[in-house]
Amino acid sequence: MVDGKKQWKAWLYLLPVIILTLVFTVWPIINTVRIAFLDDYTLMDDVGGMEFSVGVHNFEKVVNNPEFLTCLKNTLLLTVITVPISTFLALLIAVCLNSIKALNRLLQTIYFLPYVTNTIAIGIVFSTMFSMVGTGFGGENPYISTAGIINNIIGIFGIEPVNWVNTGSTYWANMFVMIVYIVWNALPFKILILLGGLQSVNKQYYDAAKVDGTGRVRTFFRITVPMLSPMLAYVVITGFIGGFKEYSSVVGVFTEDMGPPDKQGALNTMVGFINHNLMSGSPREGIASAGAILLFIIIFAVTMLNMYVSKKRVHY
Amino acid sequence: MKVVLKELTKIFPGRTKKAPEVIAVNKFDFEIPDGKLVGLLGPSGCGKSTTLYMICGLQKPSSGKIFFGEDDVTDLSPENRGVGLVFQNYALYPHMTVKQNILFPLQNFKGADRLTKAEMLERAYNVAKLVQIDDLMDRKPSELSGGQQQRVAIARALVKMPRVLLLDEPLSNLDARLRLQTREEIKRIQRETGITTVFVTHDQEEAMSISDIIVVMKLGVVQQIDKPQNVYDDPVNLFVAKFLGTPPINVFEGNVTEGKLYIGEDCVLDVDGVEDQEVFIGIRPEGFIYDESGPFHCSLRNVEVMGRDVSIVSTNESSLNPIIRSIVDADNKIDVSAEKVSFSLKPHKVFIFNKETEERIRFGKDPEQAPKTESKEE
Ligand SMILES: Nc1ncnc2c1ncn2[C@@H]1O[C@H](COP(=O)(O)OP(=O)(O)O)[C@@H](O)[C@H]1O
Ligand SMILES: [Mg+2]
Repeated sequence: MVDGKKQWKAWLYLLPVIILTLVFTVWPIINTVRIAFLDDYTLMDDVGGMEFSVGVHNFEKVVNNPEFLTCLKNTLLLTVITVPISTFLALLIAVCLNSIKALNRLLQTIYFLPYVTNTIAIGIVFSTMFSMVGTGFGGENPYISTAGIINNIIGIFGIEPVNWVNTGSTYWANMFVMIVYIVWNALPFKILILLGGLQSVNKQYYDAAKVDGTGRVRTFFRITVPMLSPMLAYVVITGFIGGFKEYSSVVGVFTEDMGPPDKQGALNTMVGFINHNLMSGSPREGIASAGAILLFIIIFAVTMLNMYVSKKRVHY
Repeated sequence: MKVVLKELTKIFPGRTKKAPEVIAVNKFDFEIPDGKLVGLLGPSGCGKSTTLYMICGLQKPSSGKIFFGEDDVTDLSPENRGVGLVFQNYALYPHMTVKQNILFPLQNFKGADRLTKAEMLERAYNVAKLVQIDDLMDRKPSELSGGQQQRVAIARALVKMPRVLLLDEPLSNLDARLRLQTREEIKRIQRETGITTVFVTHDQEEAMSISDIIVVMKLGVVQQIDKPQNVYDDPVNLFVAKFLGTPPINVFEGNVTEGKLYIGEDCVLDVDGVEDQEVFIGIRPEGFIYDESGPFHCSLRNVEVMGRDVSIVSTNESSLNPIIRSIVDADNKIDVSAEKVSFSLKPHKVFIFNKETEERIRFGKDPEQAPKTESKEE
């Protein structure tokens, strides 16, 4: 045990971290809850010493706000669609990577690159890849000067160019780009975790299965997947949490407009909603805080649900 | 069914270009008789597991052939050989119950071999009864003791009624007591099923007690194949003599001069017909006779009483072991305060070995010492 004198020193060393955590994490959380439950709170009046009545006025405003419902819908859709896809793809790729010997290191590095690349930068690249530059496309004078690489590629197969992200693009075209982008961006982390899991599975289980004449598919589903289940659960749970916090990916592709130029905010997310209201809502901080708390409740509930499911399905 | 190994060889390439290749198993020739339990014995790294994995098909031999009965199985994949394998650490699937573990191999059967659910369950319960785990069927492996896991592993290997059962150091993860008990169990199960069995171990006592036949290996090369008692009583070289027996054999440097065996100045034994030469001499602990007028003199260290026997610990300049341990009858009245102790020797417990080759040099007319012609099994 640490004796009294040493304990005193230990606290001293921890002090900077404790202070920073208190100021920048603990207090903001407490203050968010406080603000959310103060009716029509504004920072100016708070500083001015005004008293607010306690209530759920902010929450009423949030849930009655059509913009909030759009954000909720977008966030839910993106999460529910991308998490299963990216988890499945990551599992597939991890298994492939694990089974090839040649170029193993190089491929792992390549798959890991998106993880260390800036989200906004990737987003800009994506929006360029999917863009459809060229004036007058579809008008009386249809000519395309340059289109993004995606439209060029699908053009090779004789498919008409699609307006993915530019003015006049449809909601699902936008969503498609976002899904591809988010899945691609989520892969490296998931692959890394699952590959680590695969490499830690004792080879003897596979030898035992082989001696018993177990087919490849059965080996995968009855041995590999159960052995990976803790990692799969981890990847899914963090995937859901990440999905509900989706924001910078939309900014990366669509800029702060959160949608194509003619439909601003069409792809806004929960975090986007909170951000925008902090800048321009009314009452600004009140609504943003209430939104943040709703987001927290959703993430908390979904995580609980995930944990409950994984308790039954995960073999530690 | 008998298993025949013909010049079975496994060479692992070196890890790098410069690293030498490893000959893990070198020209293993052996016919395992039908229904016998064969103990594969040798120090760690001598190629026991590699041999086993080649028999079961998880590793391909570099050269040589394997026959099950009359069938050449050398190029068959493991699932087509009909072998049951028990791994050193059991490799039970941790996420499945005992029942699911045992059922797992049966569920892989395809086509005409496919069993109904009821048949599978019946077979699983029968084999579980055989290894006495039928009351543990709904537990997970993590809820079992080491000995119980071991039985589950055997049950899983037996349930598909393999033609050959292979066990890779199956007792090494058990504590001493359980090890004794479980090896009796394995022996019983093997007898009841009559399955040809290969049992790998580095523990000579285990191999001696359980095997019908022992194969002693060293650095990938088979040294001796015989019944356990014969290997102990009649080792072919110094390695085998040293590897078997507890307490271990006492080894001395000495020489043969004019038909007499000398250890230091002491002329300890007549060895007729052996040419004059430097030799290693191995004397089993039970080969000493406490004899005040005996020809072999040692410095007495201490005496350990073990009830029925007495263990005399002494030293001698020519001994290669730091101490000499001799076991004599407790009826001997030993003068514990004396500085010297003298022995005479039982000739059939004394082995002499060529100093260069470490091969056995046989002497005298004693039947145990006479060169053996082919010790064929029944
Ligand atoms: N996969 C492998 N690659 C290279 N060398 C190996 C491999 N497996 C075993 N060996 C070598 O072969 C020899 C025999 O190994 P093994 O059969 O496992 O010994 P044992 O089971 O008797 O302890 C050892 O020297 C070991 O290092
Ligand atoms: Mg081994």
